[in-house]
Amino acid sequence: MSAPALLRLAPEDDVALALRPLAPGTPLGPEFAGLALREAIPLGHKVALRPIAAGELVRKCGVPIGRATRPIAPGEHVHVHNLRSVVLVNALDHAEE
Amino acid sequence: MRAASGYLRADGRKGIRNRLLVAYLVECAHHVARAIAAPFAERGVELVGFSGCYPNAYAQEVMDAVCTHPNVGGVLLVSLGCEEFDRSRLQRTIAGSGRPVATLVIQREGGTAPTVAAGRAWIEETLPELSRVPRVPVRSADLVIGTKCGGSDGTSVLSANPAIGRASDLLVDAGATVIFEELGELFGCEEHMAARAVRPELARELRAVMAKARRYHATMEHGSFGGGNITGGLTTVEEKSVGAYAKSGTRPIRGLLRPAVRPSAPGLYLMDMVPDGPVRWGYPNINDTTEVVELIACGAHLVLFSTGRGSVVGSAVSPVVKVCANPETYRRMSGDMDVDAGRVLEGRGTLDEVAAEIVAVIERVAAGEPTRSEALGHQEFVLGYKHFEPLGPACLPRPAFGGR
Repeated sequence: MSAPALLRLAPEDDVALALRPLAPGTPLGPEFAGLALREAIPLGHKVALRPIAAGELVRKCGVPIGRATRPIAPGEHVHVHNLRSVVLVNALDHAEE
Repeated sequence: MRAASGYLRADGRKGIRNRLLVAYLVECAHHVARAIAAPFAERGVELVGFSGCYPNAYAQEVMDAVCTHPNVGGVLLVSLGCEEFDRSRLQRTIAGSGRPVATLVIQREGGTAPTVAAGRAWIEETLPELSRVPRVPVRSADLVIGTKCGGSDGTSVLSANPAIGRASDLLVDAGATVIFEELGELFGCEEHMAARAVRPELARELRAVMAKARRYHATMEHGSFGGGNITGGLTTVEEKSVGAYAKSGTRPIRGLLRPAVRPSAPGLYLMDMVPDGPVRWGYPNINDTTEVVELIACGAHLVLFSTGRGSVVGSAVSPVVKVCANPETYRRMSGDMDVDAGRVLEGRGTLDEVAAEIVAVIERVAAGEPTRSEALGHQEFVLGYKHFEPLGPACLPRPAFGGR
């Protein structure tokens, strides 16, 4: 049995964290049955656990960490290309546009 | 903690180091101060200072606090002569604390070379005096511990920050004082923090400083969030905040500090480092070291520093204990790290084991063992301009230090 791949920090979370660098298709264990990684996920990065609509709040550790800027499919990398802060607009966010 | 490792100061506080500081009072005196201190690097002499030429009450208070910090045994002030920093007040404050102090004014001494010679002679004379400071045992209850993160990434919330949070709980339970900070990394945690305040008036103060931080960062159009955080997997400042907040553990919040204000009783404190009033002089803190210096100005004997991306910084005055969240970073940079917290991600330990290790490291460092950054010669120090209003009466608990 290999080391765990993903960690969901709270039961209501929409994302899980990669506990090591993960390649697409890496087996994720029974807790994540039915989920397939669509792309590579670096260590500490987030992967979507359910379909998320554009504009929806995304939860990690049970709290909202931002709003989806486009639809996100399960198994997709969740990061600055599809998630935006609701607290503060960063100079870096502008740079993404 | 072991035998008489501490240094007893006249105000009753105990130091875990016995540094002699060379302090420049304007950038124009920086090189001369560095040249004075350089030959004594191995003998506990460190360089601190303030670059600005114009006076600033906050900078003056931080210099007062740093130069009378329990880890400091004596201070040499180096002034150019025409800067506006109130060197007489600082000299009086240090002398009044029972520490040896002297001021060299470069324009009066006759320039660089004579000042460097006079400064080195004063240090040679003064170092033996420092070795006569009374030695006393140091217990957890004597310690003020700062917590801080720098170079956070997606692993910080999983390992180093919650481990520091558990260590913070252990330290508070042992009677220590713990300070967490960086309001710009606590967005979204406001109500949770307010619920942990020991008094309703303090809860109101906590909400008020967070609202101030939100306004300040909105005006700056930039949060405490950068490109390295993004590469490390953090997407938003509120996501970073969830991780940073974990460092504060679970104990009640006893008070609210601002830089250079000392906790009045043991327990857990939040340090407000966002300036009051309109936005002036730029970002609240331009880098991690400014916050480490502010924690030290609040009396921190030692700073726990969580890093995922891999910070190497240490500090003048107080040792910095580097707790590494990311196992890949630890393998690459282990020579700079004191604690391998990322091992919990690889099943090589639990958060409670890492927390116990952090407490054990604190005990060894308090007993004199150098941290990695100390051994490598790190002595970062940065101090800029800020404006603060006095703290409201609800912020601090009634004093308990020195017996009730």
